[in-house]
Amino acid sequence: MTSLNSTDPLLRIYKDAEILRASSGKPLADRVVTDIFTYSEKLAGQVVQRENIGQVEWRERIDRIVISRVFGYPLMLILLGLVFWITIEGANTPSQMIATALFAFQDVLTGVFNALGAPVWLHGLLVLGMYRTLAWVIAVMLPPMAIFFPLFTLLEDLGFLPRVAFNMDNLFKRAKACGKQCLTMCMGFGCNAAGVVSTRIIDSPRERLIAILTNNFVPCNGRFPTLIAIASIFMTSAVALSQSLVAAGFVTLLVLIGISTTFMVSWGLSKTLLKGEPSSLILELPPYRRPKIGAVLYRSIIDRTIFVLRRAIVVAAPAGAATWILANVHVGQLSILGHIAGFLDPFAQVLGLDGFILMAFILGIPANEIVIPVLLMSYLATGQLTEFTSLMELREILVSNGWTWLTAFNTMLFALLHWPCATTLMSMYHETGSKKWTALGFIIPTLIAVSVCFGVAQIVFLLGLA
Amino acid sequence: MDTENVPLSLLRPGERAHVVDLALNGLLRRRILDLGIVPGTALTCIGRAPAGDPIAYLVRGTVIALRSEDAIGIRVNPSLDKNMLG
Amino acid sequence: MELKIGDHTEALSNKGRVGFENFGINVAKDQFVIALAGNPNVGKSTVFNSLTGLHQHTGNWPGKTVDNAQGTFTYRGKQFLLVDLPGTYSILAHSVEEEIARDFICFGQPDVTVVVLDATSLERNLNLALQIMEITSRIVVCVNLMDEARKKRITIDFPTLEKELGVPVVATAARNGEGLDKLQQAIFKIAVEKQPTEPKQIVYSDEVEKIIRILQGKIEEVGMAEIINPRWLALRLLDSDPTFVESIGRYLNLYKRNQMIHAKGERVAL
Repeated sequence: MTSLNSTDPLLRIYKDAEILRASSGKPLADRVVTDIFTYSEKLAGQVVQRENIGQVEWRERIDRIVISRVFGYPLMLILLGLVFWITIEGANTPSQMIATALFAFQDVLTGVFNALGAPVWLHGLLVLGMYRTLAWVIAVMLPPMAIFFPLFTLLEDLGFLPRVAFNMDNLFKRAKACGKQCLTMCMGFGCNAAGVVSTRIIDSPRERLIAILTNNFVPCNGRFPTLIAIASIFMTSAVALSQSLVAAGFVTLLVLIGISTTFMVSWGLSKTLLKGEPSSLILELPPYRRPKIGAVLYRSIIDRTIFVLRRAIVVAAPAGAATWILANVHVGQLSILGHIAGFLDPFAQVLGLDGFILMAFILGIPANEIVIPVLLMSYLATGQLTEFTSLMELREILVSNGWTWLTAFNTMLFALLHWPCATTLMSMYHETGSKKWTALGFIIPTLIAVSVCFGVAQIVFLLGLA
Repeated sequence: MDTENVPLSLLRPGERAHVVDLALNGLLRRRILDLGIVPGTALTCIGRAPAGDPIAYLVRGTVIALRSEDAIGIRVNPSLDKNMLG
Repeated sequence: MELKIGDHTEALSNKGRVGFENFGINVAKDQFVIALAGNPNVGKSTVFNSLTGLHQHTGNWPGKTVDNAQGTFTYRGKQFLLVDLPGTYSILAHSVEEEIARDFICFGQPDVTVVVLDATSLERNLNLALQIMEITSRIVVCVNLMDEARKKRITIDFPTLEKELGVPVVATAARNGEGLDKLQQAIFKIAVEKQPTEPKQIVYSDEVEKIIRILQGKIEEVGMAEIINPRWLALRLLDSDPTFVESIGRYLNLYKRNQMIHAKGERVAL
């Protein structure tokens, strides 16, 4: 009570109140609350009429299964896989359609440039660099996002997510973290920056920090398509099953790896940098609600479309232009891009990757969506993207640049675990107010990504598997 | 009908009880009070998570989940009445 | 436990009201400020969105990492600024959200406070409304999620509820737009037409009442009864939340300063 001076009448009365309180034995503050509740219970009893709840509602039936010992975990796993599968399968056709349309329009642009007699380099920069990247990102990113986000919003509206937190809380408790971290991870699936902001639902600052620092291990919508693309391009050729199914399987596997990493890192942080005891959990399980499917889908799809388009224009297009410049400006024999990649290559090889991949990830700091376009652009000696026609073609490009199954797998691992994107880092800084923790938010995932890839690569090399 | 007071965490799914007192402190105590879990309140144990913890309780028409190490501080008297409220 | 319709004055006199700019809220001239309070998960955001539509924006409460959403709507030619307070279970506990809600209602003194309750769990939700009713009489109780209640075959006797509480009670199902017009009407009546209400005052158990009487006496002795409702202050002292008592202390100092400054016609920040 330092702000009141000692002769202040309020302070005197406060002290009197303390004495009175102490002398009464039982906690008086509790009595105050209890009395309010006694009245509200009485009043509610007077005015609320409930029909006999003899029959078990459909809600309770669902809950019995959802939290059951037998079905709880498998159900969540299946649901996760299902969401991914619907996203992948559903995004296929729209992606093709958008790609076809946008690349057709590119020809129109080229025609215009030719007609105006524009210099080749300008055409290259604006059309082949900027526009192509823009088109690629929109075609590849928009459909999955426009499907995934609405699905997730539906689950959220349904009231399903607190049940997931309920089921998973035990694991979080072991890691000395808060069960609500689960909900922030769910947000992170959509966007890691949003996931970081959503950690506000966690009261304890220590547990909040843990949730913030580990949110990155859940792949956001910008990284999903990267995982899906690589899985689809590389992992599916040998298997006879439906391509979407296999891709979904791989993505689910990676997400599980990401979730396990989250637990391990949370546990590690609780033992080292963020020591402390877990706080109490009070989680409300609201009743299931039938969401207004139409309204949710409509709103969500429009929201996501605008979001993706805006990011594509603001980030992807300039990045595409920049990459084109780096790829087409030569210093000596090599392009700048080639130099950088060459410089990074020895280190990257040890990780089971190559210099171009590492460079693409670095260039992807502003936005993860551009990693694959940048990578493909750099591989093609002409420094321009081919058209998104067939997966086989893309596979050829990768293989001819030295990709093996290990490269693909490690690239996916790296995509999953590596440093957060610029927006997420900014959110971290905004939420923590601390440069130190933001820096750690960058360093920890990076170290983990590097060690894991290193470990996997070396073991595979040792065993002569690739 | 009069049974001993037991910690809330021992209640099994489907069982009902009345709160006797709260052996809790600090923030957790205030939160529990604010949710309406005060002496005399009726609770029903709904179920446990697959791992056995946390535990979901129906109180005043809402379902709240608590970890067993927190629920253990709430002492209740298991009741056999047919009161459907709570 | 008996209840009486006591003579109720506001918790804090509004002569020394703290300017809204201290809460990060800029009020235009002739705008009425409405606070929106309620438990988490009661559809408060739906009510907020339904009333304000696209005329809203989100920021932070100053110095805190808690969202502050504000929006405006017009009704019968008057402008209303709706401030969405963080969802809280009570105004007594010590989390940041509850602090913000309480400070805003107590010190900011909005023209009306709307408390949103969940029709399917009134037993629990009423608690917050009752606590807010002890602070201010300019309150509208909004019982939301009526569509859910109907599905669960829950019926509520609104006339009795309104009579018992002594303040306007409106039934809504914000998701369907139900009852929103009546809500705006109720807000209008209190904010613009200054319709008086008679919120039910809770009479506590004897033990508590005895101590309240003693404290009330002391408060009146030192002359604080002019700006703070003595009964309310006594209750808050019993709550033993030192940070809140500190806030009240700062408020009192502000009030004293305000008394001087008002003579010069200036406004003072907290």
